[in-house]
Amino acid sequence: MKLVGWPCPLPDGGTADELALCFDSDRVHRLLIIPALFDEANKLRRLTVEVIRRLDGAGIDCFLPDLPGTNESSQPLSARTPTSWQAAMAAAVTHFRATHVLGIRGGALLMPSGLPGWRYAPVKGATILRQMLRARIVASREAGLAETQDGLLKRGLQEGIELAGYQLGTEFLREFQSLVPAVAVGTTDIDQEMLGGSGLWLRAEPDEDRAQADTLAAIVAVGIKA
Amino acid sequence: MRTDTDRLLRRILTDVLGLKPGQAEHFDRDSGLFGHLPELDSMAVAGLLTEMEDRLDIMIEDDEVDGELLETYGALLDFAEVKRAA
Repeated sequence: MKLVGWPCPLPDGGTADELALCFDSDRVHRLLIIPALFDEANKLRRLTVEVIRRLDGAGIDCFLPDLPGTNESSQPLSARTPTSWQAAMAAAVTHFRATHVLGIRGGALLMPSGLPGWRYAPVKGATILRQMLRARIVASREAGLAETQDGLLKRGLQEGIELAGYQLGTEFLREFQSLVPAVAVGTTDIDQEMLGGSGLWLRAEPDEDRAQADTLAAIVAVGIKA
Repeated sequence: MRTDTDRLLRRILTDVLGLKPGQAEHFDRDSGLFGHLPELDSMAVAGLLTEMEDRLDIMIEDDEVDGELLETYGALLDFAEVKRAA
């Protein structure tokens, strides 16, 4: 496993280095994994990397890029949009010569077209946004402030907004609120029921589940080699 | 005899809080939630409400969410029962 820098396109042209977690042994099957978004990314990080370790063991190269503006990225999140994230993931496919792609939860919203792959428990942008707005409202209420989802969203669309510690720009919100996982030929959905147990993104705190990692990795490994 | 809502709500709390199987079975009406369970911060409350909406097939308005709603298991269950009956 290596952390590798790669030239990721910037929204206004040019590139900036972003990091990706790579298991690269120059093998035939090369899987790009698009991580879950925001708070869900933290809760699913361990499951994601556990799946990658299993796939590596099954002879599949794996690449897990940071989304620009998150994790180790040096770029500001506020300048990013879902479209620029999609462009970043499309560039990652080319750079890492990916043959397949796995989108996890909100990562399924950023799947590049043209590659076979899987969407694990895909979710709409509006659902993620609702959750983040709600968390902010609950926290504000504790502080004695009355906010509403509609009010926050309206203001956010005018001046941007910080939700759950993430600074989201106006354009990000505009695109994200109507973003749904795109139906694509060659893409298969993996529902939570197939993994058994409840989704780890639901948990209040990050957790792990070996059985779920085993199953998710098995579904992808069997599918790639089929 | 537990209602359907009661069983579902215990299941949801188990999933969101990562409780051990069976732990939620010991909740009674006075069991404290928000402020008593360290896992239940604002993000987790948001997750809990969204899961309740999905699995109980209800809608929860912003102004219905206050400290009292999440104070005890009994209060949350009453709220869910009323919402499902509406």
